[in-house]
Amino acid sequence: MPIDQSDIEKVAHLAHLELGEAELKTFGPQMAQIVNYVEQLNELDTAGVEPALGGLTPECERTDSSRNDELISSLGQQIALAEAPDPAGGHFRVPKVL
Amino acid sequence: MSLQTVEFSLAAAEKLNETLNAFLEIDREGASQRAAEIEKSGNAGQLAGIPIAVKDNICVRGLQASCGSKILGDYHPPYNATVIERLTNAGAVVIGKTNCDEFAMGSSNENSAFGPVRNPWDTTRVSGGSSGGSAAAVAAGIVPVALGSDTGGSVRQPASLCGVIGLKPTYGRTSRYGLVAFASSLDQIGILAREAEDVARFLGVIAGRDRFDSTTAGVPVPDYTAALTGDIKGARLGFPRALFGKGLDDEVRRSVESVVDVYRELGAEIVDVALPHAGYAIAVYYVIATAEASSNLARFDGVRYGFRAEDARELRQMYQKTRAEGFGPEVKRRIMLGTYVLSAGYYDAYYRKAQQVRTLIKNDFLKAFESCDAIVTPTSPTPAFGIGEKVDDPLAMYLNDIYTVTANLAGVPGISMPCGLSSERLPIGFQLLGPYWSEPALLRLAHGYEQARPFTERPPVSAS
Repeated sequence: MPIDQSDIEKVAHLAHLELGEAELKTFGPQMAQIVNYVEQLNELDTAGVEPALGGLTPECERTDSSRNDELISSLGQQIALAEAPDPAGGHFRVPKVL
Repeated sequence: MSLQTVEFSLAAAEKLNETLNAFLEIDREGASQRAAEIEKSGNAGQLAGIPIAVKDNICVRGLQASCGSKILGDYHPPYNATVIERLTNAGAVVIGKTNCDEFAMGSSNENSAFGPVRNPWDTTRVSGGSSGGSAAAVAAGIVPVALGSDTGGSVRQPASLCGVIGLKPTYGRTSRYGLVAFASSLDQIGILAREAEDVARFLGVIAGRDRFDSTTAGVPVPDYTAALTGDIKGARLGFPRALFGKGLDDEVRRSVESVVDVYRELGAEIVDVALPHAGYAIAVYYVIATAEASSNLARFDGVRYGFRAEDARELRQMYQKTRAEGFGPEVKRRIMLGTYVLSAGYYDAYYRKAQQVRTLIKNDFLKAFESCDAIVTPTSPTPAFGIGEKVDDPLAMYLNDIYTVTANLAGVPGISMPCGLSSERLPIGFQLLGPYWSEPALLRLAHGYEQARPFTERPPVSAS
């Protein structure tokens, strides 16, 4: 399936990516080539085949992940904010939303 | 003793890094201090004083975790990954963080924002990837063991290209807590080493259930070193003949076929097996891995950690600029592809279809393992290729993973072992794939081969 520049722009918007002119030009044909390769999956009849849940083993599915509702320590505000680009008054500050 | 070993590794890392670019950070001060403490306290932990290198997408408290990306800026995680917690409790000493493809996306290490790792066997060639720095560090003798992560072959393929051992455990065998997520249903932390015994010892320490990773399974952790008996008589080894055809380098094919002969001589029974859907694995992988990546990498938005682009006037523009400036081209390409296959109107055609074929691939393995204990394949279709050779053709690059991705899709364990050098003196590796939780059997087979045909060659760029 051909992927044109407007498709690329739409996907970039969904992915929160600002693409430059050069990327807009190269990504289209490259993605079209990969999608075309992926379409070989259509050779297979998968009617009635359950989608895989994600490589999970039967043993993992049987593992009980519940635990006691106990308080354990977490990072805390100071450490959690220490790596933030713009912390302010105990919060993550961002540019205006609207 | 531990101090001396750690000092040797630190000095080798510092000396060889200019040539190899295998380390993004070397922790001279911290590692020396920990080694001295261990020596003083007489710590009898089972890994006491063993220097290790850790891929830069696994969190080590106090050290950087760039994931080979600019978007994480100068990020220093405030916590340890579970595997690091367990290794340091056993006395292992982290000497540094290793270079990798950005967010583990790549097969050559050329996608690192900090330059490619160079192969110690030939510095004009790639190390493989994405755990290329870890593979090169082990191959050059800087450390005996390193950690990597394997989403589609990222431990096994660089191990093969650098002439070391690489293990990807069963999905859920090792905790992913503290591993920066690429594709959560495929990612697994693995081990690179020069000896099967080291792989067994380290796996015994890092494996097992972790309350911080609900996908770890409550399967008991055996003593893996006990499996290294040297006796492989009667083992049934599956040979998938159809995978030894088109696209496989002649020297690699001959080398791996001779591995089969060695196993036969050692008393293994060779049985023909088929993996009829293996040819679809790359197509399935690049739908599922990119879809999961597009979701996992949404967290890198310039708000909570890492890099933020300047001069954005409003929030959405800040996200877009931060991600545009912070991510490299391959990561952007995969986020785009993943977003595309998940977007309205395409989900069923691509994502659901890929998940269905994933089931078929998994069923192929379950069926094959009814008649054999392990399957032998090449690890990589070719030895190490030249730096820059494949960078302009993403699809050709993806096909490097043709033998390794099936294990991630099915969740089964795999190990790559060195089995000789090409005519150009480049390492060749073979891969053993086994049923779920069959790490003891894989290690027994790997160790049996290692005893029969020890790989004693050393690369030209080497610590000793």
